[in-house]
Amino acid sequence: MTNIHLKKYWKTNLKYLGILLTVWFIVSYLFGIIIVNELNTIHLGGFKLGFWFAQQGSIYVFVILIFVYIKLMNKLDKKYDLNE
Amino acid sequence: MTLQIWTWILVAITFSIYISIAIWSRASSTKEFYIAGAGVSPLANGLATAADWMSAASFISMAGLISFNGYDGSVYLMGWTGGYVLLALLLAPYLRKFGKFTVPDFIGDRYYSNIARSVAVICALIVSFTYVAGQMRGVGLVFSRFLVIDINTGVIIGTIIVLFYAVLGGMKGITYTQVAQYCVLIFAFMVPAIFISTQMTSIAIPQIGFGSTGTDGVYLLDKLDGLHKELGFHEYTSGTKSKLDIFFITAALMVGTAGLPHVIVRFFTVKKVSDARKSAGWALLFIAILYTTAPAIAVFARTNLIETVSNAKYDELPQWFSNWESTGLIQFEDKNNDGKVQYVADPEINELKVDKDIMVLANPEIARLPNWVVALVAAGGLAAALSTAAGLLLVISASVSHDLIKKMINPNISEKGELIAARISAIAAVSVAGYFGINPPDFVAATVALAFGLAAASFFPAIILGIFYKKMNKEGAIAGMVTGMLFMLYYMLKFKFDKFGGGTKEDWWFGISPEGFGTIAMLINFTVSIIISSFTPDPPAEIQDLVENIRIPSGSGNAHNH
Repeated sequence: MTNIHLKKYWKTNLKYLGILLTVWFIVSYLFGIIIVNELNTIHLGGFKLGFWFAQQGSIYVFVILIFVYIKLMNKLDKKYDLNE
Repeated sequence: MTLQIWTWILVAITFSIYISIAIWSRASSTKEFYIAGAGVSPLANGLATAADWMSAASFISMAGLISFNGYDGSVYLMGWTGGYVLLALLLAPYLRKFGKFTVPDFIGDRYYSNIARSVAVICALIVSFTYVAGQMRGVGLVFSRFLVIDINTGVIIGTIIVLFYAVLGGMKGITYTQVAQYCVLIFAFMVPAIFISTQMTSIAIPQIGFGSTGTDGVYLLDKLDGLHKELGFHEYTSGTKSKLDIFFITAALMVGTAGLPHVIVRFFTVKKVSDARKSAGWALLFIAILYTTAPAIAVFARTNLIETVSNAKYDELPQWFSNWESTGLIQFEDKNNDGKVQYVADPEINELKVDKDIMVLANPEIARLPNWVVALVAAGGLAAALSTAAGLLLVISASVSHDLIKKMINPNISEKGELIAARISAIAAVSVAGYFGINPPDFVAATVALAFGLAAASFFPAIILGIFYKKMNKEGAIAGMVTGMLFMLYYMLKFKFDKFGGGTKEDWWFGISPEGFGTIAMLINFTVSIIISSFTPDPPAEIQDLVENIRIPSGSGNAHNH
């Protein structure tokens, strides 16, 4: 395994982290806190949307994010032959 | 059968399961004692992490907190789950690759310094002790309400049980009892929630139920907002705290979660790096089941409570009211002598005080569920408190026997000697925890916020920089941890304990509460670390190689031979 290979592997990893953490920020801090009042004018059944993101939606997305990360990294490990 | 008999039966069954597991999974080496031999499957580790994480506070107090705070309670929901995303993406895989026994191990080795190691040990001890006191108190509370025995006797019974399986089995015993405890606590949490959701909305899934219409055709949340307005409380679905404070508290809880040593250490127990990622995913999934149900319970309980007591005749209130009144957790004072309960926001006319801790425990009684369901909640509360206490005690004992004795005081200690030291420190730690359970310091509630703040201010930046910034050196890391910790302690002492001249809400820096200050202290840590490291020598070449090495997942099996 050459150094250039490892650098590429690490860079892709950082790219994944950047994308996933952006989604993480949007569903919790943006939807659940910063623009919660604006979203609350939209209704999802009996839920106001901002309130729903703060108490339900953000948590569902968090779970999905980790499983997406697991999938992406397993693929990446295989590609660079770093899996065990 | 009476509630008491049901409770005794369920507690006896669950406790004997925990003890049998402990006898079956005794630890015979330090590796087994500290990290369960690094052979736990990702699924089992996910279950154990979920039980480890969900404490008496999550099980008993959280839904009650949300019930009384409405939208403001979201900080706990987002904060205590969002931290797992950080753990899974930024910490767990790399720490597993590093592959030692404790968090101070990583700090000490990565920053090639016993000073850094000592600072980490001190942080780990403060964080874990403040946390464990609350758990033992939770055990006592459940015993005293449901089994009608003295609260102190309850604490002693709980202490003996934890002592038995933590000392005997170490991490190995704790892991498999936690798996059993997760099953007990989630079953106990979900059964009443499903019952009540069906009762109130005819939808069995609580997560959907609390966004649906009640039996009268009105959306439950709209009804609750209406009731709140009528009685003068703030609207349930919108908050009273400032947006900025909500933001900072959520961030402090997230980062604190990712920095808690008893959670991090769970990821050392799996076989390989990809298993560490997987178990973080499982853990959050299992945690999310409880955390998405809690806000539903909060709404059901709040609506039920108001509808049952508001303007009701005191003499005609149901049995549960007087049961909890006798524990002092519900207080009624008929100020205008009309024989009815006035439950309103205005403290001048309000006649009812309800402790928020009882919402989960009283909820099944309020909804008139059968006795076995109520007893189940008691067993679940005990499982939640005991599993977290055990995880914390292990961190304390490993800090003493491994980080202090083996790594600093007496490196030549034999494997057998270290194992004995680990067991003795576990016994000492359990005894101290039991003492705090019987004589709870007044500051328990305030110190939970402190535990998160300290974890955020000390461990999180040091670990993140250690992995993602190769040039971070010991001078930077130590200076960052110490300043972060001191700022946090200062702010907490000033605004929570009235030291250094004290201060009120108006004096908060930028309007940020002590609970949210962990985020500021973390940012201070990052800034100080980076500035100091740019003026001081780079870390030695072998440390930079170590960082390169933990960034790639393969070869983690060998890392344990040290």
